[in-house]
Amino acid sequence: MSALNQLTIEQASNGLTNKKFSSVELTRACLDQIASTEHRLRAFLNIFPEHALSQAEKFDLALRRGEILSPLAGIPYAAKDNFCTEGLPTTAGSKILEKYLPPFESTTTARLKAAGAVLVGKTNLDEFAMGGSTENSAFYSTKNPHDESRVPGGSSGGSAAAVASGEVIYSLGTDTGGSVRQPASFCGVVGLKPTYGRTSRYGVIAMASSLDTISHLTKTVADAAIVLQSIAGRDPYDSTSSNLPLDNYSEEIKKPVEGLKIGLPQEYFAVDGMDPQVKDAVLSAVKKIEELIGASAMPVSLSAPDYALACYYLIMPSEVSSNLARYDGVKYGLSVPGLDLFDTYLQSRGQGLGSEVKRRIILGTYALSHGYYDAYYKKACSVRALIKKDFERAFESVDLILAPVAPTAAFGLGEKIDDPLQMYLADLFTIPMSLAGVPAISVPCGAVGGLPVGLQIIGKWFDEKTVLRLAHHFEQAS
Amino acid sequence: MSLDIQQIDHLAKLARLALSDEEKKLFASQLASIFGYFQKLQSIDTTDIEPASQILPLKNVFRLDEISASGEEARQKIIANAPNKSNRHFVVKKIL
Repeated sequence: MSALNQLTIEQASNGLTNKKFSSVELTRACLDQIASTEHRLRAFLNIFPEHALSQAEKFDLALRRGEILSPLAGIPYAAKDNFCTEGLPTTAGSKILEKYLPPFESTTTARLKAAGAVLVGKTNLDEFAMGGSTENSAFYSTKNPHDESRVPGGSSGGSAAAVASGEVIYSLGTDTGGSVRQPASFCGVVGLKPTYGRTSRYGVIAMASSLDTISHLTKTVADAAIVLQSIAGRDPYDSTSSNLPLDNYSEEIKKPVEGLKIGLPQEYFAVDGMDPQVKDAVLSAVKKIEELIGASAMPVSLSAPDYALACYYLIMPSEVSSNLARYDGVKYGLSVPGLDLFDTYLQSRGQGLGSEVKRRIILGTYALSHGYYDAYYKKACSVRALIKKDFERAFESVDLILAPVAPTAAFGLGEKIDDPLQMYLADLFTIPMSLAGVPAISVPCGAVGGLPVGLQIIGKWFDEKTVLRLAHHFEQAS
Repeated sequence: MSLDIQQIDHLAKLARLALSDEEKKLFASQLASIFGYFQKLQSIDTTDIEPASQILPLKNVFRLDEISASGEEARQKIIANAPNKSNRHFVVKKIL
């Protein structure tokens, strides 16, 4: 058997229930891996060894008592540092929340806690999840475990790097415009963004509320199914969470894939700036899937992704400028005393927030301001309605859509940080699904120059089971 | 499309953000190129399209108006995060 920290959730859960090893041993293996790699990778903002080991001990005792436990019980994981964890630091990668201790727990981490999961630490992210490289963290950058001169992607870069390097068995992230799928692609792990409304946003620090989707990163698709089963479902604390019943995801993924109808959006393979080798890797994955389903992919038409990008970069900052108004230096977080209350707001926010966050707040303030609202925000919302219609139309004739995750493999640290527009373009293929709210997964489909590349599989609203099913069969055949 | 420093000043004030001169200059030029990119939306015909501010077919999700007490402990945890507090209150500079 490979080192304990390299196990999947399925393998670890089997080992624990068959008493091949204890949760304390499994947790120690992850903590040892963290101790040996973290000084280079810097995937974590906070690590809680004592907390984790005491959770693990609790599990071992419960198992000895013969209690029946969930498949995630006793298994170490990490949460992106924008999930509120009661009494444990939660910074969102920002100076303004450096000393914040949440008085409450996010629904997702609470559900994992109830399932007996072991929280090892909180991972690095672009400040308030704004970015695609984790370089916008106010604390430090995280490195890609496959090549330390490159970014892990973002904004859930710490969560992706921690899973890829075996520091934890799986991790939680958030995906607003691609922030789980893109780092999963860059780090060679599986990243699932469920349908908007499938998972509860309660207790996760808000960036753009109509887009933020609680998501997760795992080593395999089967593991993604297990985590979804535990975290998804209606939460009275999030009025946008859906009460549609969940499927039995671990069973669904085993069903055959023959006869599934697959669509290929032509517009996505004709964009400028797409690395030809990445395109080849994605197209050979499409070919493999055609063999699996026994049919050719059908061409479908979605709007050119650059329209979605322009639409997203108006809607998201508008919501950001409103959501981040709460950081006022009064209720919590950094406070820089000014001459009067107004000046205290200016100084606290001016010093506490980083460059990308300020840029988006200014952008959003402009898009929402008097005289520009119709031309920018309202126009973008109309385009969003059209993008949603595109997907509705495409899903009349196919079950799933295949696309690249990102136009390139992981780029170099520092390469795009001074050019925000170039950084935004890296989200080109993940944004349309976020605007439409449909589920999508990034699953590894090869390598370019030693760097992993992901394939994106996109499904109908609340049809995670079919997305996971095809991803699982593809993974098994790869 | 161009933004001048005065416009950035105005937006920064609306957003309650203190910006350095350097940031203002940088944002003015970066936002101009970003808004330039946004112009492509104007070529899309959206006549008779109902704008979508969110994508779920949800409307007015209500719950019963019941008080669920958070308790003194939660109150203390909340107030403990305040940079400037007095007993159970947030302290701010006087505004009148």
